[in-house]
Amino acid sequence: MATGIRDKVAILGMGCSKFGERWDMGAEDLLVESFQECIQDAGIEKNEIQAAWLGTCFPEISVGQSALPLSISLRLPNIPVTRVENFCASGTESFRGAVYAVASGAYDICLAAGVEKLKDTGYGGLPEFGANAGPRSFMTGINMTAPGSFAQLASGYGATYSVSDDEIKRAIAHVSAKSHANGVKNPKAHLRKAVTAEQIMAAPIIAHPLGLFDCCGVSDGSACAIVTTPEIAKSLGKTDLISVKALQLSLSNGYEMGYNEWNVDHFVTTSKASKMAYEEAGIKNPREEISMIEVHDCFSITELVTMEDLHLSPRGGAIKDVMDGFYDADGGIPCQIDGGLKCFGHPIGASGLRMLYEMYLQLLGRADDRQLKDPRLGLTHNLGGFPFMNVCSVGIIGRYEG
Amino acid sequence: MVGITAYGAYVPKRRLNRMSIIQSMGWLAPGLMTAARGERSMCNWDEDAMTMAVAAARDCVTGMDKSKINAAYLASTSLPFKDRQNSGILATALNLAEEGLVTADFTASLKSGTTALLTAIDAVQGEGKDNVLVAASDARDAKSAWFYEMWYGDGAASLLVGKDNVIAEFKGAHSVACDFVDHYKGTNAQFDYGWEERWIREEGFAKIIPAAISGLLEKCGVSIDDVAKVIYPCYLSKRVHQGIAKPLKAAPEKIQDNLAEVVGDTGAAQPLAMFVAALEEANPGDKIVVASFGQGCDALLFEVTDEIKKLPARNGMKGALANRQEEAQYSKLQKFRENVNVEMGIRAEAQKQTALSALWRYRKQVLGLVGGECSKCGTRQYPSLRMCVNPDCNAVDSQVDHEFADKTGIIKSYTGDMLAVSVDPPAIYGLIQFEEGGRALYDFTDCALADVKVGQKVKMSFRVRYYDETRDFHGYFWKAVPQT
Repeated sequence: MATGIRDKVAILGMGCSKFGERWDMGAEDLLVESFQECIQDAGIEKNEIQAAWLGTCFPEISVGQSALPLSISLRLPNIPVTRVENFCASGTESFRGAVYAVASGAYDICLAAGVEKLKDTGYGGLPEFGANAGPRSFMTGINMTAPGSFAQLASGYGATYSVSDDEIKRAIAHVSAKSHANGVKNPKAHLRKAVTAEQIMAAPIIAHPLGLFDCCGVSDGSACAIVTTPEIAKSLGKTDLISVKALQLSLSNGYEMGYNEWNVDHFVTTSKASKMAYEEAGIKNPREEISMIEVHDCFSITELVTMEDLHLSPRGGAIKDVMDGFYDADGGIPCQIDGGLKCFGHPIGASGLRMLYEMYLQLLGRADDRQLKDPRLGLTHNLGGFPFMNVCSVGIIGRYEG
Repeated sequence: MVGITAYGAYVPKRRLNRMSIIQSMGWLAPGLMTAARGERSMCNWDEDAMTMAVAAARDCVTGMDKSKINAAYLASTSLPFKDRQNSGILATALNLAEEGLVTADFTASLKSGTTALLTAIDAVQGEGKDNVLVAASDARDAKSAWFYEMWYGDGAASLLVGKDNVIAEFKGAHSVACDFVDHYKGTNAQFDYGWEERWIREEGFAKIIPAAISGLLEKCGVSIDDVAKVIYPCYLSKRVHQGIAKPLKAAPEKIQDNLAEVVGDTGAAQPLAMFVAALEEANPGDKIVVASFGQGCDALLFEVTDEIKKLPARNGMKGALANRQEEAQYSKLQKFRENVNVEMGIRAEAQKQTALSALWRYRKQVLGLVGGECSKCGTRQYPSLRMCVNPDCNAVDSQVDHEFADKTGIIKSYTGDMLAVSVDPPAIYGLIQFEEGGRALYDFTDCALADVKVGQKVKMSFRVRYYDETRDFHGYFWKAVPQT
């Protein structure tokens, strides 16, 4: 009977590039930037890596298909390399491939890398694919952008919990302001200026009711991790081991947008993936036990609703928790302590790994002036797609207790 | 008895105040002032002759049995395809049965609407057909700062021709076909080219129409005194329009209003649109003459019956005219008709090729908005995939066709998107829950963001989904229209 991968895999090293509008580097170059930090942190030779995974969402606008771009950029020694994509969970999927390879006993040491180069399109926002999105999507899909699809959570959530537009606007402004304050302390973040809630509420509207500062930026970046078994990590001289406690996914099946029940006020998938992750990690009371979280704040409204789907805030109670500062840096569960997607932007294939990177640094006490006091468990969350059709990944890492 | 068994009409909601054209272009053509009274209808950016024809046809078949239609004729001079039957798109949009159906486009003349009607009547009289759906629609382009832009309106009308429960009996027709070229549009041209107004009036309208109507009355043994309404188009001016009936000695109140001040001239649809307006006011026993103008004239005589009182309610011209929103921005007409070079940004360069094999496979769900109803659990769903969407069912290949086009929906969520490429920002869209089951995300149209609310009702409308400039292909789908 399967019991998951809790404490079967340890992180040997991690790396993260500077995120931002990296006009100076292409995807191949960014991979090298994060990998160099990672391999040094791991303290091993490159030829000890036995298999690798590459997470990237839109290779058609950067390096092209297959996993060859990773093998070539890093000059990997003709080892197995796999490209994975699951929308915004692509980075976490890359990690998942490497982790399962080690947990299964197939390989000893594996690499998970993620990268995205979004700034070669010539225009702002995510790339527009037109008919390349697939014939049925193209002929019958709505004229939608990412901000527009997530913006609908506001009208849905507002209707379900009888919350005014103004209350929602205020709460999501607090969410973004809090993240910006955190990003000031992060030299790898793209945006490092504090922004007030008032400035956020006054920003031009992108998709009603989301304004410019409710939307994360489009940026370039890369992050990676090298994983192995706890035994091998110890044998290589590592003492404070950080292990994987849970890695779960949940995908929509058409229920939200095709059946007659869902009210555009929560994420079906996040609600399930987080439950499965808590079970796998042996967590009984997440609000008490989780020390810090990195969630998918592509849009501030997403982060708000996600607090309930992670079963940290009660249904309809996220606004109160947010306004009480429960998720601020000095709150009960700091959220986006590194600045989040809000400050890093969202190079899709890299984000999931960037989140793990911050949780990893925090657990090892290496987070400089962002350092939280004695964190034990860090949770990462990705949400790819749209509220009505999406991929959710939840990862939990913490101190090894084997 | 053969004749009209139902009618329908459609006029776009936007009505461009003609003075707005003067305000923008009067400096160049002060003479336009003479035509600047009232307003003309103008298609939304996502409407064209095809979408309006579908709307008018749907209005026409309200409360009628669609399954009994064995032919669909579409008349227009501004259809999206030169070769790909436009009446075939109409038939698919109405989800008419493909087996046993004859479709035909009637084009290249402003009289094609009445010709289609006459052909339908001949077919039913000849017993080749039982019920024929006729739709006429035009959304003609015109160059900036010329009279045609003032005179033309966008609109459509539709009639059902049959033998059962006839509301207006066909009594006879007389046609004249002659190559009078008041204007023309070559195969590759976007705009009409017209000759001198005075000549068109004196040698065309004033001679051809009265002669054809006289011929009709003589053929049917009817005097003008017995006729309740005389219908004929004239795009020149109201005064000229009225003058055409003079030789017929028709009393002024018998001349059907040509909608110049509220819609404009709707081209091939015009005689039928005026006929619908007349039918809405007609009494049993009324004799109505319907005539057209365009390389000749078809003149038809109808007599209204008692059945007209039993016709199920429909929108018609009355409803279409009442659904009005004033448009004061002339530049919108220019942009919606691509008559002005606007930079839409690199995002708008995404390619738009239609996979024709996929369009064929999905034609019912794309053009007809046909989804499914699971025969095991009853769940209505769009799109209809092979596995039922009900999490407690998931039966495979269990669904039967379910039409969503005529269903009422409720808004569950929405937004106004300023990032999406749009010629009329913000792009408004959201999740629609159908009252009778089923839901999907749809673009909204004909609405302002400030007026949209969760819980509001919507009706579905057939609209242009995209235009592939590179390949000259119009793609259609359905949008939600919030109801006030």
